[in-house]
Amino acid sequence: MTRRIAYLVLGFVVWMLLVYTFQYQEVLVGVGVALLTAVFFGRHLPVQPSRLLHPVRWFWLLVYIPVFVYMCLKANIDVALRVLSPGLQIRPGIVKIRTNLKSDVARVFLANSITLTPGTMTVEIKDDVLYIHWIEVGASDITAASKAIIGPFEYFLARIFD
Amino acid sequence: MIEVLGWMSICVGVGFTALGCLGLVRFPDLYNRMQAATKCVTLGTCGVMLGVFLMSGFTALGVKALLCALFVLITVPVAAHALARGSLIFGVKLWKHTVKDEFTDDRGGESIIEEEK
Repeated sequence: MTRRIAYLVLGFVVWMLLVYTFQYQEVLVGVGVALLTAVFFGRHLPVQPSRLLHPVRWFWLLVYIPVFVYMCLKANIDVALRVLSPGLQIRPGIVKIRTNLKSDVARVFLANSITLTPGTMTVEIKDDVLYIHWIEVGASDITAASKAIIGPFEYFLARIFD
Repeated sequence: MIEVLGWMSICVGVGFTALGCLGLVRFPDLYNRMQAATKCVTLGTCGVMLGVFLMSGFTALGVKALLCALFVLITVPVAAHALARGSLIFGVKLWKHTVKDEFTDDRGGESIIEEEK
């Protein structure tokens, strides 16, 4: 039930941001649509509702955003330089890494963050093992590769989602 | 001032998108191309959206642009992941200078690294 209510509130907020007026017709339709989706899809909400109202988690999310933006910019400049360099300086490979994150949501966000940051792209997750396509393989054993790729993220994501 | 920032953001976005497209042409195999396509095009699109938001402020248009940026940021990596995983399992060849492929090694299939000619 709490899952449905959380879904309802989230859906309604997104609807209001999309229409961005406070005319009563829009609000009414928004409530109706949010209610319908909450009834049908509410039980698929992947996060526990109690965690959505946890201020410490929100604080870490706010800290994480600038870190993520910085890494994302670095990734783009890195790829752009590789694209522009005449000799095509790449040494690609698929490596295996291990994560300590427990919850599914945290792992999904880890995989997404990896894909958007320097030279790495997640191709498969199996429990706590992630397979990463790395454009410039820098470390060959699993511990070193894990540290190089997910070191910056795991610390934050564990505090936000786990 | 804010208008200038908005235009700058849009220009940076368009520039990165163009570089991403160039990478799509230059990189040797599907997986490397996907790297260029996901990273540069995501940042490019987000840059354009951010520029639109900066120029129109908290209006219906600006807030929609921000939501679009968030949506792109969440969905593009998922799509890239699905495409790359599907291609690996289907057996699309990796580039011939690929260093290693632990995914296929662990699955126990034949190596899908392209033979050197």
